Amino acid sequence: MSRARRASLEALQKSPTGIEGLDEITRGGFPTGRTTLICGGAGCGKTLFATEFLVRGAIQYDEPGVFMSFEESGEELTRNVASLGFDLKDLFARKKLIIDHVKIERSEIEETGEYDLEALFIRLSYAIDSIGAKRVVLDTLESLFSALPNEGVLRAEIRRMFGWLKSRGMTAVITGERGAGTLTRHGLEEYVSDCVILLDHRVEDLVSTRRLRVIKYRGSTHGTNEYPFLIDEQGISVLPITSLGLNYEVSNDRVPTGIDRLDTMLGGKGVYRGSSILISGAAGTGKSSMAAQFADATCCRGERCIYFAFEESQNQIIRNMRSIGIDLERWEKRGLLRFHAARPTVHGLEMHLVTMNKEITEFQPSVAIVDPVTNLISTGTSREVEATLTRLIDFLKSRNITLFFTSLSHGKLNVESSEAAISSLMDTWILLKNIESSGERNRGLYILKSRGMPHSNQIREFRLTDNGVHLSDVYLGPAGVLTGSARVAQEAKEAAEARSRRDEIVRRERALEGKRAAIEAQMAALRVEFAAEEEEFRTILAQEKTIDTSIDDQRREMARARKADAGSLTSAEPENKRKQAVRGNGKRKAK
Amino acid sequence: MKPTSNTKQQLKSPDDEMWELRLYVAGQTPKSIKAFANLNKICEEKLAGRYTIEVIDLLENPQLAAGHQIFAIPTLVRTMPTPIRKIIGDLSNTERTLVGLDIRSVG
Repeated sequence: MSRARRASLEALQKSPTGIEGLDEITRGGFPTGRTTLICGGAGCGKTLFATEFLVRGAIQYDEPGVFMSFEESGEELTRNVASLGFDLKDLFARKKLIIDHVKIERSEIEETGEYDLEALFIRLSYAIDSIGAKRVVLDTLESLFSALPNEGVLRAEIRRMFGWLKSRGMTAVITGERGAGTLTRHGLEEYVSDCVILLDHRVEDLVSTRRLRVIKYRGSTHGTNEYPFLIDEQGISVLPITSLGLNYEVSNDRVPTGIDRLDTMLGGKGVYRGSSILISGAAGTGKSSMAAQFADATCCRGERCIYFAFEESQNQIIRNMRSIGIDLERWEKRGLLRFHAARPTVHGLEMHLVTMNKEITEFQPSVAIVDPVTNLISTGTSREVEATLTRLIDFLKSRNITLFFTSLSHGKLNVESSEAAISSLMDTWILLKNIESSGERNRGLYILKSRGMPHSNQIREFRLTDNGVHLSDVYLGPAGVLTGSARVAQEAKEAAEARSRRDEIVRRERALEGKRAAIEAQMAALRVEFAAEEEEFRTILAQEKTIDTSIDDQRREMARARKADAGSLTSAEPENKRKQAVRGNGKRKAK
Repeated sequence: MKPTSNTKQQLKSPDDEMWELRLYVAGQTPKSIKAFANLNKICEEKLAGRYTIEVIDLLENPQLAAGHQIFAIPTLVRTMPTPIRKIIGDLSNTERTLVGLDIRSVG
C-alpha cells in the first residue's frame, strides 16, 4: 500500500526540450502527455521554440514529432530553421519528423450548415501513427479563427483537440499570438491549464531583448523570473541563471596577477581563484594593459582565458599590447586565449550576458576578462545592471572562474561612490589614478579593498614599460607624493646628495691618512735625530775613554820613569790591581 | 442514398460541361448523411445529368486528408470546373451552397 502511495506521489513526468537553459528553468522540461502553450507577440520566436522542441526531441531523445503548421509551409519552415543548423529534410527522410501544413484559403471556402474539424484529427492521427510520434506542435491554432467564421464550433473543437491529444499521450506545444490584455488573442490559455510560457521582445533605449517567463506550470516548481534568451546559429539558449544563490564552493587557491609588486601588495600571493576583481580608473590609466598582463599571466600558466572586449577589436588589442611587450597573439594561436569583441550597443545587457554565458560554457576558461564593464552598464538601467551582473558573477563563481572587470570612471564624481552599484559585488577593487604634478600626469595604483587577505595600503606608481606593467614605489616627501619625472628628479637629487656625502667621507679619510703619514714622517725624523744624538754621545764617550786610557798610560809611564814602587811594577802584575791603582789615583786626584 | 467510399453516381451528361464534385466524410455521421442528401438534391435540381459525386471516407483513406487540404467534415470540393471551391458544412443552406458552388443559372 505504501508503494502504491509512493507511486501516486511520483512527481509529474517531464519531457526535456533540449533547449539550452529552458530545462533548468522548468526543472526538467515540458509536462509529458500534456499541452504547453507558448505565447507572445509577433516575431518573438514562438515558432522557433516549437520547432526546436520537436527537432531536439527527435535527435536527442528519440521522440519523433509532428508539426502541424497553420501558417507556414513545410518548405518555408525547413528554410527558416536551416539557418539555425537544423536539417529538417534529414529528419523527414529518417521518419523522425512530419510537417503537415494546413492551408486554409478564406476566399475558397464557403460555410453552410453544421460541421466539425474531424479531418484535422484524422490528419494528425495519421501523421502520429505513421512515425510513432510522441510530440506534437500546433502552430498556431489561432489562424483558424480568422479562417473560420463559426467561433462556437471552433472553440468546441479546440477543446476537443486538447482532450484528444492528452488521451493519445502526446506531449504537445501550441503557440498563440499575444492579444491585448490576454495572453493569446482568442483566449487559448483557457483550454491549456498545465503549462504556459510567455515570450517577450521588448525594446528599451533602442536596444531590444528577448525574454521568457514561465507563467504557469501546474504540478511543478519552476523559475518565476523573466529570463533573457538568445537565438543564434545553434538555436535558442535561455540564460538559466536562476539566482544560483550564495552557496558555491570557494577556493583557497591563489592566482598571481602577473604583476609581481601587485601580488606582493595582495598578501604576497595574488587574488583568490574564482573571485571577482574590479580595476577602475579614468581614461588612459592603464586598465586594459593590466587586463592584458593578467591574461598573459593566465596563459603562461597554461590556463585558458577569455577576453570580452567592448571597446577595441581583437587585432587592436594585440597590436597595442605588443607595444608594452605583451604578446597575446601566441596565446590566441595556441588556443589558450579567446577574444570576443562586440560593440555594447549591438544588443541589450541581458543578451550580452547570454552570449558571455554561452562563450564561457563553451570555452571553459579559468579567467574571464570584461573590458570594460562600464560600456555594458550603459546599455541598461542601474537596477537591471546590478541584477544581471550578480547573475553573471554568481554563475562564474559557481564555476570557480576568476573574473576581471575593468571599469571606466568619469572622474567628475567621487569614484568610490559612483560605482557603488557594482563595487559591492567585487572581492578585490584596485583603483588606478592619474596623479598630476609638475606639469605631467602619472599613474598611481592602490588597493581599495581585497576581501579575505591582508593588503597594502600604499600607493604605487604604475608604469608601462617595454616589458609589461611594473609597479614602483612613489616618493613621499614634504611636497606630497612624487611620481614620474618628479620622482626621477628627486631620486637623482638624493643620489647626488648621497654621492657628495660619500665623497666628503673619502676626502676626510684621505686627509686623515695624510696627517697620519705626516706624523709618522715627523716621528721618523725625530727618531733619526735622536739616533744621531745618541751616536754623537757614544762617540764622545768613546773619546773620553780613550783620553782616560792615555792619561793612565802617561801616568804609568811617568811612574816607571820615576822608578817608584819598583817591586810592584813588575810585568807579572795582575790587571785588576792595575785598575785599583788607577782608581786609587783617581780618588786621589778628586781630592 | 448511402455515402460509401468512392461511390460514383454518374448521370447522363447533356451539352454543357461536366461538374466533378467530391464529398469528404469521416464515417457515417449524421452530418455526413445529411450533407450527402442535400448535395444530391441540389445536383438533381440544378445539374441534372452533368455531374459526378465522389464520396471519400477519410477514416478509410486518412492520407487523403492532408493531400487534399481537408480540415473540416463534411467538406464538399468542386474540382471541375476550375477554380477549386470548398464548401464546409452539411449543405443545409441551399442558397449558400449554390453561391459556394457558383451555380447561378438554373440548368
